[in-house]
Amino acid sequence: MHPALAVIFLTLFSGGGFGIMALTAIINDFQIDGGLNPLQTMVAVILSLVFVSIGMLSSTAHLANPKNAWRAFTRWRTSWLAREGVFAVLYYPFAFAYLVWVFFTAGTQDTVGLILANLAGLIGLITIFCQGMIYAVLRTIRQWNTALVPANFYVMGLAIGATILAAERMIMGAPALTLVGIALGLLVAAAVMKGIYYFWISRPNGPTIRTATGFNRSTVRILDQGHTFGTFLTEEFGHTLPSAKARSIKFMMYIFAFIIPVAALVIGFLTGQMFFAWLAIVSVVFGIGVERWLFFVEAQHVINLYHGRQQC
Amino acid sequence: MRLGLVIDLDTCVGCHACAVACKEWNTSGTTAPLTDYDPYGAKPSGVWFNRIRHFEIGDYPYNKTINFPMSCMHCENAECVTVCPTGASYKRAEDGIVLVDQNKCMGCNYCSWACPYGARELDRVSGTMKKCTLCIDRIYDMEIPEEERQPACVLTCPAHARMYGDLDDAESPVSRAVRDRGGYQLMPELNYNPTNHYLPPRVHAPIPTEELKKKAVRKVKEWVNRVVER
Repeated sequence: MHPALAVIFLTLFSGGGFGIMALTAIINDFQIDGGLNPLQTMVAVILSLVFVSIGMLSSTAHLANPKNAWRAFTRWRTSWLAREGVFAVLYYPFAFAYLVWVFFTAGTQDTVGLILANLAGLIGLITIFCQGMIYAVLRTIRQWNTALVPANFYVMGLAIGATILAAERMIMGAPALTLVGIALGLLVAAAVMKGIYYFWISRPNGPTIRTATGFNRSTVRILDQGHTFGTFLTEEFGHTLPSAKARSIKFMMYIFAFIIPVAALVIGFLTGQMFFAWLAIVSVVFGIGVERWLFFVEAQHVINLYHGRQQC
Repeated sequence: MRLGLVIDLDTCVGCHACAVACKEWNTSGTTAPLTDYDPYGAKPSGVWFNRIRHFEIGDYPYNKTINFPMSCMHCENAECVTVCPTGASYKRAEDGIVLVDQNKCMGCNYCSWACPYGARELDRVSGTMKKCTLCIDRIYDMEIPEEERQPACVLTCPAHARMYGDLDDAESPVSRAVRDRGGYQLMPELNYNPTNHYLPPRVHAPIPTEELKKKAVRKVKEWVNRVVER
């Protein structure tokens, strides 16, 4: 699959943004580490809005004909992409309302504030689910056609959100013990989930060149693809990653997405050095960005069977 | 009604005439143009509704070349339509033809991801997804003679390897061909239930070559070869 930066940024940043919002709501619900004060809450909500907006804007860069983008909200009865659009847009009024409410009343944890925060967080979580289902419903790509995809999107989005909130607390000089603990737990959970996913997709499976051509009882080989240069199909679906290279990139991804953020949060918390809090944020966003890149490059569409692949 | 194609892999000679005829007709048809990128340059590419691939089936000496034309299968379970967020992709209730409304498509590529058969190709110039229309602007055109109301690929095929008709009608020539020749669908395990069917190669008795009576001229040649010194 062609790893389009627009779609990588969409799932990476909007996932992180919704994660920030959902965790802000939870932290203020239960006053974890004393809850976020109005300033911290506003910083968190603004970060969430910025992340989601980066994601949404970059997704429009993936459209070849963006003037019709408004129509993408119409088919929510059948299309997960439309549902994602509807919920992503629905998120904005609630997140903005919470921001405005906190700004004018400083009511981070009063009834109105909490209702707004929880609704925004819930809608964000629903949007992450829709985003995961966009990929998980495709029977044509076995690496995506699994419930582990939305599950991974959830835990990655929450891990980004928790890391950013814990780092924000540390940078703003507030107690962050439980927040760091939540971030560490979610980062470890995300690393384990990703490991399960890689285990699940590790072996070729599903349709073969035989079932694709219908010659189920004989060997089938491609003689000629029928075109002299690439086509839309080879450009969009032809990308592969040699397994040795994939292994080394995954190794690097684990370091940046999980190991450095965990270490940086712990060191930053123990030493009070703000550099480590910033390092955790940059590293987790970059690392999970690499994870999302791998997610696209490793997806092998069954059309490759018609271009000579024996199994995907 | 369930209109579609039946493709005879026994007689297809792999000449690509169907693809050329398709391109010729549709580049001025309802979803026109089928843009070409760099057509006379080093990296020619472009939008096609119909692509022909060539496979080798079996191992030498029991192998066989199979030419394999593929276009939109107009599936019953057309996931490309289900996933479309704009409603640009739709399947006609009356005849099962899957179409893309070029005025609604936003070019997100999602339908092409959902299609296992590579039927959909994005036109970079118009920014919209394009695909086989089953020549809907031919098959319903009352201005042309009735025998020409068929897709361009079917009309042009020199080997009569392509048939067009209603696969819902059990007595139509296409349904009969599927029934008699063991026509099948591609990748049935994905459960898209494609309308187009493929007819496998016929099993022919091998033509004997060992026991053939030698012709008189050849006998004389062999005799001369034995006699004449080199």
